[in-house]
Amino acid sequence: MALIELTGVHKTYDMGVEKVHALAGVDLEIEAGDYLAIMGASGSGKSTLMNLLGCLDTPSEGHYLLNGVAVESLVDTELAAIRNREIGFVFQTFNLLPRTSALKNVELPLIYGGQQRRERQRLAMEALERVGLADRMEHQPSELSGGQCQRVAIARALVNGPSILLADEPTGNLDSKTSEEIMQLFDELHRSGNTVILVTHEDDIAEHTRRIVTLRDGLILEDRRSGGQPPGEDAGREAPA
Amino acid sequence: MILTENFRLAFEALRANPMRSILTTLGIIIGSAAVIAVVSIIQGLQFMITQQAQGVGATFAWVLPDTGNQGAGLVARQVKLTWADGQAIQQQVPGVAMITPLIQGIEQVKYRDRQHRPAGVSGVNADYPEVFNHTVDRGRFFTRLDLEHRRKVAVVGQTVVEELRLGDDPIGKEIYVGRIPVTLVGVMEERGQSLGTDQDDQVFLPFDTALTLFGRRAGDQVALSLQAESVEVVDRVKDGIERVLRARHRIPDGQPDDFLVILQDEILSTVNSILGGVTAVIGAVVGIALLVGGIGIMNIMLVSVTERTREIGLRKSVGARRQDILIQFLIEAIILSLVGGVIGLALGYGTGVVVASALPGDWPSAHVPLWAVALAFGFCTFVGVTFGIYPASKAARLDPIEALRYE
Ligand SMILES: Nc1ncnc2c1ncn2[C@@H]1O[C@H](COP(=O)(O)OP(=O)(O)O)[C@@H](O)[C@H]1O
Ligand SMILES: [Mg+2]
Repeated sequence: MALIELTGVHKTYDMGVEKVHALAGVDLEIEAGDYLAIMGASGSGKSTLMNLLGCLDTPSEGHYLLNGVAVESLVDTELAAIRNREIGFVFQTFNLLPRTSALKNVELPLIYGGQQRRERQRLAMEALERVGLADRMEHQPSELSGGQCQRVAIARALVNGPSILLADEPTGNLDSKTSEEIMQLFDELHRSGNTVILVTHEDDIAEHTRRIVTLRDGLILEDRRSGGQPPGEDAGREAPA
Repeated sequence: MILTENFRLAFEALRANPMRSILTTLGIIIGSAAVIAVVSIIQGLQFMITQQAQGVGATFAWVLPDTGNQGAGLVARQVKLTWADGQAIQQQVPGVAMITPLIQGIEQVKYRDRQHRPAGVSGVNADYPEVFNHTVDRGRFFTRLDLEHRRKVAVVGQTVVEELRLGDDPIGKEIYVGRIPVTLVGVMEERGQSLGTDQDDQVFLPFDTALTLFGRRAGDQVALSLQAESVEVVDRVKDGIERVLRARHRIPDGQPDDFLVILQDEILSTVNSILGGVTAVIGAVVGIALLVGGIGIMNIMLVSVTERTREIGLRKSVGARRQDILIQFLIEAIILSLVGGVIGLALGYGTGVVVASALPGDWPSAHVPLWAVALAFGFCTFVGVTFGIYPASKAARLDPIEALRYE
């Protein structure tokens, strides 16, 4: 059974005069451990799809099975628990709490997971070490560069050991050199067994992944494997530019 | 666990905008300061009055002329209450242990070249010390003989002794009260201050001597003070006085009394009900202050929720449930309110202390009972919850996606 199974998923926004079909019938299966890029023009439904996958939203129609759980039938409390344990979200704008240390930012999901203070600190430090920020734990976002902020955000997404790492244009606010570094971090996370799904406009970002899904007008236009590397290989570096 | 985290968050949010927090809680500060200040002052008053009342005992009673009650439709006739009435009460009402008339005036006192204006000059009879439970410290009080022979004698309080510099041995010295020369026969026991007047700044003259000084007409409206033989007969004594005085004053049936009989416990309950009224009025003011404070808190919490929309979205995206957000903002509102409460408490207590020390005499030091503190904090929590619940539930209901997208 796949980690993620979308069948006939619609997301419709009722704008009064007209209905916006942000997603117009999406079928998608994603296996655990996959590394996937969602591409498409602006307004094609990428973010809407990510929000559904991240359980921030539920489909208007269709089914979403996550780890065998029918997400569309869950209530707020259950969705919150899934977001907490199964999902790690990385945003284009980082969304770190201002005036709050990197460590405290990373601890946030653990607080809602009910972890004790000690354990929280230990896990948050581990996650920050993993993203290469062992020496920046007490820094506040205003004292960190964009790339470092995104690393903190990634550490926060990782800290609860989620099934899926979702990143909506994670390099959209970063220069190309920093983007490359962040992508190498994602590559690494993928190699160590994480399921990574990211949204991007840029082909060279997408080429880091093993599978590229292209959306247009809320429908899947194309779904292709990039290269044929077995899992565990560094897909990015070997992929043709 | 999340709860302790919420408290930490609330304090951090307040620390981030200290000035704003203080201004927001101004209403709460004023409200709780008022509660504490008023309670401490009223408690002091009550304490003092109770003590004073206990001083003269539960068998004490006043009989006063009631000038305000002359009966509708009657041609106004002068309301009189004389010492003759008092003597009739003593002879005809069973259960009256002792009774004294009391007339008061202001007169200058003189000793050689020294002058002083005491707080009061009183004309009383020999029963005064026992009726008022106020004894002589040195020398003696008037005797019946002094009164019968209209001797020109006086008893004074310690303040008068000091003001006139009568020295360590004032007994026997000649002083003037007004134009009348009198011989000092005694000095009263010190009583200190009460309700802002110096109880020791007093001169006592035999009743008839005082009449000579104040003029005969002063004897038409005297106050009578008496002690009943026991607490059990107090009510019967009151009935007896009413019967005797109505007969003496020829008041027809159906007409109201032209005098008042006030028992000690009635004085107490009257004072208490006045204090209760004052408390109620101030309670209403406090209520309004707290309402204003609550609205201030609601307002600033709404601002805070709007400012932190993205933060709320983020918290939801990492697993915060609606109730987590609700409690976070509710606690922030309560803490805001309680911080105001603590500041108000300190302010109110300070006010109580300052007022108590500024008032003359034996005003008891500000006393804030624990229940008043609990009441103030209870109110603050209540206000925090009441006015925090709307902004908090607004935050809790935010859609995570929209909140994250909020600019
Ligand atoms: N909350 C919303 N209300 C109305 N329309 C929306 C909302 N969110 C997204 N849309 C619309 O849905 C479509 C897909 O949006 P989105 O998923 O954000 O696109 P992308 O991320 O690919 O740029 C767009 O036409 C957008 O205007
Ligand atoms: Mg988008």
